[in-house]
Amino acid sequence: MMIDDAQTKLLLDVQNLTVRFAIKRGGLFGKAKHLYAVDDISFQIKRGETLAIVGESGSGKTTAALAVARLVSAYKGRVNLNGTDFLSLQDEDLRQARSKMQFIFQDPYSSLNPRIRAEKIVCEPLDNLDTIPKEERQNIVDKLFEAVGLHHEQQRLFPHQFSGGQRQRIGIARALATQPDLIICDEPVSALDVAVQAQILNLLRKLQADFGLTFLFISHDLGVVQHMCDSIAVMYMGKIVEYGDRKSLFNNPLHPYTKALLSAVPSVDKKRRAESKRILIPGDPPDPLDLPKGCRFANRCPVAQGRCQSEKPRLNEVTQAHSVACHLVNETGIAPIHE
Amino acid sequence: MSEPLLKVQNLRIELSLRDGIAPVIDDLSFELGAGESISFVGESGCGKSMTALGIMGLLPEKVGRIASGTITFDGEELTTVTQKRLRAIRGNEISMIFQEPMTSLNPVYTVGEQIAEVLRAHQGLSKSAAWNCAIELLDAVRIPNARRRVSDYPFQMSGGQRQRVMIAIALACEPKILIADEPTTALDVTVQAEIFDLLNELKRQTGTAIIMITHDMGAVAEMAERMIVMYAGRNAEQGPVEQIIDHPRHPYTKGLISCVPHIMATLNDERYELTEIAGIVPPLREFGQDRCLFASRCNMVSQKCLDKRPPEAIFGDGQRAACWHAGAI
Ligand SMILES: Nc1ncnc2c1ncn2[C@@H]1O[C@H](COP(=O)(O)OP(=O)(O)OP(=O)(O)O)[C@@H](O)[C@H]1O
Ligand SMILES: Nc1ncnc2c1ncn2[C@@H]1O[C@H](COP(=O)(O)OP(=O)(O)OP(=O)(O)O)[C@@H](O)[C@H]1O
Ligand code: SF4
Ligand SMILES: [Mg+2]
Ligand SMILES: [Mg+2]
Repeated sequence: MMIDDAQTKLLLDVQNLTVRFAIKRGGLFGKAKHLYAVDDISFQIKRGETLAIVGESGSGKTTAALAVARLVSAYKGRVNLNGTDFLSLQDEDLRQARSKMQFIFQDPYSSLNPRIRAEKIVCEPLDNLDTIPKEERQNIVDKLFEAVGLHHEQQRLFPHQFSGGQRQRIGIARALATQPDLIICDEPVSALDVAVQAQILNLLRKLQADFGLTFLFISHDLGVVQHMCDSIAVMYMGKIVEYGDRKSLFNNPLHPYTKALLSAVPSVDKKRRAESKRILIPGDPPDPLDLPKGCRFANRCPVAQGRCQSEKPRLNEVTQAHSVACHLVNETGIAPIHE
Repeated sequence: MSEPLLKVQNLRIELSLRDGIAPVIDDLSFELGAGESISFVGESGCGKSMTALGIMGLLPEKVGRIASGTITFDGEELTTVTQKRLRAIRGNEISMIFQEPMTSLNPVYTVGEQIAEVLRAHQGLSKSAAWNCAIELLDAVRIPNARRRVSDYPFQMSGGQRQRVMIAIALACEPKILIADEPTTALDVTVQAEIFDLLNELKRQTGTAIIMITHDMGAVAEMAERMIVMYAGRNAEQGPVEQIIDHPRHPYTKGLISCVPHIMATLNDERYELTEIAGIVPPLREFGQDRCLFASRCNMVSQKCLDKRPPEAIFGDGQRAACWHAGAI
């Protein structure tokens, strides 16, 4: 059997992932409905690379990431991590596999236990795993503090004695402790000031290069995403509407929603402001409990046609590195909105 | 030349802390003309909101006070007027939109009642006239189907719609100045873009001057004619937006512009490292010291910066930068 290069490099392969939540509506006798927060999405990340997920609030980014890490349960789908079927693992196998997948959360203020010293916070994943002798753990903690740019003396401090950026560094050190293959970063810099944001983004990229880390990177900031990612998935209402490598997607965005997102980013660049026309998508996304029959974006889409209302668009390949779920793109292979 | 609409001179606002008094605003001066828009930028804790609260006469009670300086609005000195007069100005001539729209709307009243309430209190409209005017205002801030939505409660609206209701309330009294404190921080970019368009259009139509507080240079570039960069309670730099973005004269401004990954129109394989501003804003108790408060983070620092507060270097078109080495940047 021939194993092609792309496959050997694949670290995470997510297929048809679906997550639904039961929602009670309409009082005591109301029927429970299901909210499909993530609806049949698939994506892959190669080892050492970064996949970014973008999309507006409520589009399902966090839920997708939590499902990948089994922090919420998937209703359908498969998650293949480094060749093992992650969702079916049990007990000790699961514990070991979990240590290879770590989370960095958005809020450096609430994600750390305020009563535990920084060194202990960083060491905890190692203590839980218990595969490394106690004596060696301190040595690892020392190295981690250095790697994320914290001083040795700061190990004894409590979270409230650190600034926001420093707390995020502690979160990163902790995520690195078990030498994970995959780090899921859920809005890791959204709560930070821009100047500190740059420090953390540079740190993440440096650590990625030094340790060969693989990132699943969630953000709603397209500038940050463009800077960090190798490929990108744009989500809207639980669906991936566009998926591609960094250059294809940013240089040739095809889906009307992606276009609108990009056009909405305020820019300091006079030239970009003058050249790009803002694409307005007024209105609200549909009720997630009462989704439209056709394309979920249709009610806000400036170029929607009859077919968009009645028929669901499939995520189709435009090129090998670029897929889009839009009827109009599927027919022509070109963007239906152009400036 | 005629007097500007708002003129702030050498404003100093002090906060009483457990371990003493700190100047949270330290010698700030700026002017705002009628129909103009100005933006305040800077990191968290630099005093942006405090400036707005100072102008509105809403400093935290017992903790904050205007220690010196003047705030002249339309010829009237605000630092010495009575509370009653301040309230009248707040309701009618200067209004403010706050950072978090959910917390500033009352959950138990419909949005229509809340807008109408402002109209009745400040413009003396009758109940039915106020209600009709509320519908017009919701329409003006582009809430679709305003006649029906006017009876909605805040929780029935999306974040962007709630922020638009806040704008409607702020506009209800046709203010001369609208202060918007991070009006879009909690919103998606596509919604933010709509709010910005809306504010710009209202400004064109009504001639309201806008003070917008933000931490996003891109937002400044789209929204304002002039900007003020605040650092540790002080004016680091101010002047025309385009001019400052093209050629910042303060290392902090320069850092703020280049530390953000700006989206690029055409990407290639090249990746650059983001410029960092090392360290963080100093704590409040260090504000007011006679040195450059940015010195510990600055890559141009010299002995002079540590010894004495830098004076403002003046450049063309009202650009000023408080840095000892401003000329070298
Ligand atoms: N535990 C839950 N129970 C019910 N619904 C949920 C739950 N968690 C999330 N949801 C819903 O699932 C949808 C997706 O939410 P999710 O948090 O994944 O969005 P997101 O893209 O991460 O948004 P944000 O940018 O605001 O973080 C939303 O409609 C949300 O209300
Ligand atoms: N009621 C208060 N009592 C004491 N200190 C306060 C009070 N309100 C604000 N401060 C302090 O004053 C300083 C300036 O606060 P301000 O709210 O003006 O900052 P900002 O520039 O608006 O920041 P942000 O971007 O976070 O909104 C901060 O250090 C803050 O902690
Ligand atoms: S005065 Fe000195 S320390 Fe302050 S910004 Fe200018 S060069 Fe930097
Ligand atoms: Mg989320
Ligand atoms: Mg503020």
